[in-house]
Amino acid sequence: MNIAVCVKQVPDTEARIKLSDDKKNVNEDEIKFILNPYDEFAVEEALTLQEKHGGDVTIISLGSERTTSAMRSALAMGANKAIHIKAEKNPADPLVVAEALTQVLKQGNYDLILMGKQAIDDDHTQVPSILAEKLDMPAVTVVIKLDINGDQIVAEREVDGAHEIVECKMPTIISAQRGLNEPRYASLKGIMKAKKVQMEEIDVQLNQDRLEIIGLNYPPEKSPGKIIGESADAVPELLKLLHEEAKVI
Amino acid sequence: MKILVFAEHREGQLRKIAFENITLAKKLGQPFEVAVIGAEVQEIAEQLGKYGVEKVVFYKSGKLDKYSADGYAKILADAVQKQGADVLLMGATSTGKDLAPRVSAILNAAMATDCTQVDIEDDNLKIIRPMYAGKVHATIRLTSPIKIVTVRPNVYSAAEAPATAAVDTVEPQVTDFKTVVKEIISGAKGKLDVTEADIIVSGGRGMKGPENWPMIEELASLFGAANGASRAAVDAGWRPHDEQVGQTGKTVSPTLYIAIGISGAIQHLAGMSSSKYIVAINKDADAPIFKFADYGIAADLFEVVPRMIEELKAEKGM
Ligand SMILES: Cc1cc2nc3c(=O)[nH]c(=O)nc-3n(C[C@H](O)[C@H](O)[C@H](O)COP(=O)(O)OP(=O)(O)OC[C@H]3O[C@@H](n4cnc5c(N)ncnc54)[C@H](O)[C@@H]3O)c2cc1C
Ligand SMILES: Nc1ncnc2c1ncn2[C@@H]1O[C@H](COP(=O)(O)O)[C@@H](O)[C@H]1O
Repeated sequence: MNIAVCVKQVPDTEARIKLSDDKKNVNEDEIKFILNPYDEFAVEEALTLQEKHGGDVTIISLGSERTTSAMRSALAMGANKAIHIKAEKNPADPLVVAEALTQVLKQGNYDLILMGKQAIDDDHTQVPSILAEKLDMPAVTVVIKLDINGDQIVAEREVDGAHEIVECKMPTIISAQRGLNEPRYASLKGIMKAKKVQMEEIDVQLNQDRLEIIGLNYPPEKSPGKIIGESADAVPELLKLLHEEAKVI
Repeated sequence: MKILVFAEHREGQLRKIAFENITLAKKLGQPFEVAVIGAEVQEIAEQLGKYGVEKVVFYKSGKLDKYSADGYAKILADAVQKQGADVLLMGATSTGKDLAPRVSAILNAAMATDCTQVDIEDDNLKIIRPMYAGKVHATIRLTSPIKIVTVRPNVYSAAEAPATAAVDTVEPQVTDFKTVVKEIISGAKGKLDVTEADIIVSGGRGMKGPENWPMIEELASLFGAANGASRAAVDAGWRPHDEQVGQTGKTVSPTLYIAIGISGAIQHLAGMSSSKYIVAINKDADAPIFKFADYGIAADLFEVVPRMIEELKAEKGM
């Protein structure tokens, strides 16, 4: 089975996000970057399938030079190939990202394209579904369980308040949700091996963004909270405040 | 600027976000129509008329009784063109998030997900959407001729404004679906999802174990609230994943969020800090959650929660 895993490098979930002085960008100075957590599930699923069915697992990422460290993390888990689509920075517009990925994915003969359900920096939740249309492939998003039988896919996806069981035929795009699996840790041997993998580098002409960021802001500041009591006796006061001050109940 | 509101329904019942988006379309002061896709939807005219809709197109076919991402996307993209819309408004629900980017790809239309504010400025949309799970708010503009916006549920409240809705029923050409939903496994019947709830009662590791959750559920039902959980509670297997609030769970904006036995880790705060009011119950007065809580009680939750239940029952004369 020939599997591609699209991954993005994102700031650590712990990171406090600071804005640049012109408030158009994020100040990256003190940020630790990681492999997008949802993409880890995608990598893990690819590796499990590879163990069962053989074939290659190719990590594909579009981004600047620093994105290669996230790709190395995926390689250290056990993936054996990598394609770095070089860009000065990640486009603000997910359509542009998907258009570039489409060009590269079309070159490979992939049975399965695994992705994360969402990149936790821009939070678009768009790229997998856009790819489905661009590549004219079925896609199942937000998947928590994946069964493959021949070229038949049965995937369980999470929707508001329910789960759906979806069927389709390979080649397929799957976007991973937490719950799909438990990502493995990279072994020392894996880390050493990953260093030796020769990454393919691709230059693509990126299309013009049709989504423009005019400015970034911090969310409106919350007034400092108040502790209204230190025992259950504060409950009547709390309910009174909710009724009369906040007027929310 | 003509707006098309996609009115999502679940098993024939229109969802609250449909009415919220209709209210938003009216607020933007532009002409708008509504599109509904499905096999059977109840009382479309009555339901939509109540919120001031004058024109609805119902794309109706027996083949559309179950959702298919690729199938619905084609019909909706056609609807945007047939109804001559410049803007497509949808809900940032699971269906909306699955469907909208496909329509965006088909129509080559730029799109903004999970928006919390939509205005009109200089003849274009001015949109605010949270990024980094709410740590940053981005003001954005879409520059393609057709624009797609998914709006976060619960941000705009639906306002009634009676009108007479004319429903045009159209039977669309339905081609074979690439993906087919074989089965829907519903969660607890009538369970309110955290993303749609006005009030959320969430429990964390401080709850000690799943055996203590009936207390949270009772409190939630007295408030008419949904149940949420921290990742610690989900990872421990105490609660299902769809209740997880936070950066790798759901982002919520309820009017009232009650955090019980939750410390307030940055990843949790990211998912709920845009709640209008936050209440924290935690025995550690130094827990970070208190910095964000409008009202806090620094005490043992096993004393505070039963007392809340007692007082609320007394209020309701139960
Ligand atoms: C990549 C990544 C993603 C993550 N995503 C999320 C996410 O989406 N959502 C999320 O919630 N977390 C997320 N986390 C985890 C997060 O960092 C915290 O570990 C988690 O939120 C802690 O949950 P908690 O507050 O329930 O537990 P704890 O931090 O252990 O807090 C328990 C609290 O309960 C209080 N307590 C204990 N007993 C009582 C009592 N009897 N009465 C009153 N109070 C009591 C304690 O004082 C304490 O403050 C993520 C972490 C990582 C690394
Ligand atoms: N720059 C990128 N390079 C490779 N894959 C990406 C990139 N951006 C997003 N993806 C993939 O698309 C998924 C969803 O991202 P998004 O639609 O941006 O939330 C991610 O989890 C990745 O699998």
